[in-house]
Amino acid sequence: MSTIHVRTTVNGEPTEFLCEPAETLLDALRNRLGLTGTKEGCGTGDCGSCSVLLEGRLVPSCLVLAAEAIDREVLTVEGVAVGDALHPVQQAFLEQAALQCGICTPGLVVAAKSLLDRNTNPTEQEVRFWLAGNLCRCTGYDKIVRAVMDAAEVMRNETSEVRA
Amino acid sequence: MLTQRYEAPTTVADAVRLMQADPQATPLAGGTDLLVQYRVGLRRPSAFVDLKRIPGLVGITLDEVGMRLGAATSAAEVCEHGEARRLWPGLVEAVGLLGSTQIQGRGSVGGNLCNGSPAADTTCPLIVNRARAVIAGPQGERTVDVDGFTTGPHKTVLAPGEVLVALWVPRPAAGTGDAYLRLIPRSEMDIAAAGAAVSVTLDKGGTCTAARVAIAAVAPTALLVPAAAEALIGTKLDDAALVRAGEAASAAARSIGDKRGTAAYRRTVVGVLTRRAASIAAARARASH
Repeated sequence: MSTIHVRTTVNGEPTEFLCEPAETLLDALRNRLGLTGTKEGCGTGDCGSCSVLLEGRLVPSCLVLAAEAIDREVLTVEGVAVGDALHPVQQAFLEQAALQCGICTPGLVVAAKSLLDRNTNPTEQEVRFWLAGNLCRCTGYDKIVRAVMDAAEVMRNETSEVRA
Repeated sequence: MLTQRYEAPTTVADAVRLMQADPQATPLAGGTDLLVQYRVGLRRPSAFVDLKRIPGLVGITLDEVGMRLGAATSAAEVCEHGEARRLWPGLVEAVGLLGSTQIQGRGSVGGNLCNGSPAADTTCPLIVNRARAVIAGPQGERTVDVDGFTTGPHKTVLAPGEVLVALWVPRPAAGTGDAYLRLIPRSEMDIAAAGAAVSVTLDKGGTCTAARVAIAAVAPTALLVPAAAEALIGTKLDDAALVRAGEAASAAARSIGDKRGTAAYRRTVVGVLTRRAASIAAARARASH
């Protein structure tokens, strides 16, 4: 079996690792790079807990081969905050207590960020549809949706302050 | 045995060479079917041949004749293409039904077709829009109708060494509308128990001059139903014609019963979906005049 040398960019940092041909990006992030924020739930693309951005696109990292990241940009939950400053989605999750056991939370944070990167004024229905692939067995989703709506408002206000 | 190699060719010729040299190798597009099948042990290819580094395998080009859809283009990219949505709303809505946002970011229409599920949501809309499949192989390129591309559950016309490189969809004639509807056992993100795609073309007087109807998940492959189209052609797409088209679709169904519904239920539902999809396609065709 040929080991593959992967040069990629993870959370803005040029990164290298070795992986097996059939190894998933999820396993490489967790086991090769120690980025354990990304969680494994189902491993078959159904639950969303392994969500990351690949070239800015929301994907299930359990259904991406690690070798596919060669020369690509990956963003994981560890790259969502800027230094010590939490992303508005993360802050809103704290304020709304939008989590209980926490396994789904990193995937939800990344998925919500990717929605708000595209649209800072989503309807509640748009939020629910966008996050439909992120399963949470604890919260019943209500607090999660409220947190994302709150974060959207914060981001709209930040944008208007910059404009002003 | 675990898969031994990952290949990322940058030309179609190299991809074909890799596939020809190793019959156990498999093309990898979005991986949303393949990597799940790999994980549960259903498939153990010797190599993954990733198609996404080949120019033309990812991306959409539109010209005056039609749309060329790279076989590995993600569903999300298709759904973001405003002009494609305007020209083929039924097809693009069907692409939007493929799984969650995450799956949309990976899964492709070409992969949906090559996976060969009888319940594939995008195959029937491709068929009613007269889409063609562009296949590269050791002997060069050939083009076949999407109707007939799948030959049975998870079986296709692809020969060893061949790779689907693109789908080509001709521009619809003036006064054409399409639609796709499916029924799933829950509200979102499931596999169709039955589906129906309809394309109709109306003249300026509102008479249907051309129609195509294809049904999903009620036969071993997507099924073109000429009898349902004939029930529409020559009519004003009044309620009686829509009902007849639905009856023809039900009559054509060769459904099986499984956990998503009994054979009889699917046969009934596919008729209802055909009637409703024809009604939506008709409204779109009228609006386009």
